[in-house]
Amino acid sequence: MEHASHIFSYKTLGLVLGALLMLTGVTVGASYIDVGWLNVWIALVIASAKASLVLVVFMHMKSAGKGVVVSFLSTVFFLAIMIGFIFWDVAFR
Amino acid sequence: MAVQRDQTGKKLGMWLFLYTEIILFGALFVLYAVYFSWYPQDFILGAKELDLGFGVTNTVILLVSSFLVAASITAVQNDQRNIALAALAGALACGAVFLVNKYFEWGHKIEIGIYPGSERLLDGPAPQNLFFGLYYVVTGLHGIHIVIGMVLLAVSLVLVFSRKITAQNDAVLDNCGLYWHLVDLIWIFIFPLFYLVV
Repeated sequence: MEHASHIFSYKTLGLVLGALLMLTGVTVGASYIDVGWLNVWIALVIASAKASLVLVVFMHMKSAGKGVVVSFLSTVFFLAIMIGFIFWDVAFR
Repeated sequence: MAVQRDQTGKKLGMWLFLYTEIILFGALFVLYAVYFSWYPQDFILGAKELDLGFGVTNTVILLVSSFLVAASITAVQNDQRNIALAALAGALACGAVFLVNKYFEWGHKIEIGIYPGSERLLDGPAPQNLFFGLYYVVTGLHGIHIVIGMVLLAVSLVLVFSRKITAQNDAVLDNCGLYWHLVDLIWIFIFPLFYLVV
């Protein structure tokens, strides 16, 4: 439970910022290549990668403890159920 | 030991609140996704009206601000009070620039007749009205979150300055930072969904 050992150095934070900016460039670039319905999925995959970086490094998710990790993943799971069931409903109307 | 448990509880409480925010914006994203799947052509035309320059600029600004907030936590842990203050002030400035950009972006849209209930949208195709309705609701709600986040960052700044937030007692800064990162996280999804579906 020692606090200080979980702190990221400025260098790590800077590298993550660099990666986030790079991924922003990639997602803008990818939007110019027309691959039909895949475009949305590519954008969402890149956005999820960026979100993961923010969650794990900037938001210190690992050191926040198991309770936070499990409850966060449960939230994502229930969000997926909400999205999935609504699309299920919409598709069969 | 008691202090440690206290910190953990405060952090878990903040995360629980953040989940409600995720579900709130998640519901709006579902609304967007369903209408997008129904009217892809209209949504693509709508997205073409949005200014990619503003979208990219605001994305970069929020990413930098998130980095600064994370750096301020590292600085507080390292007892580098001045760096923490500078980082928080920088993050606040980023938030302000974001809002100024939003003002110009919305201002231009309103000028060319794209706003809720405008004649252009009411007389045009209904799905495009939907797209811009969602655009104003989602970016507007996000903008309110930026304002709240800036208030929280300002509070943290004052508390670091008055030495109430220290390496041993930084739960307030941690939680304000978590809120700010969530606002960034939501923008990470708003940006491609609204600006890049062209």
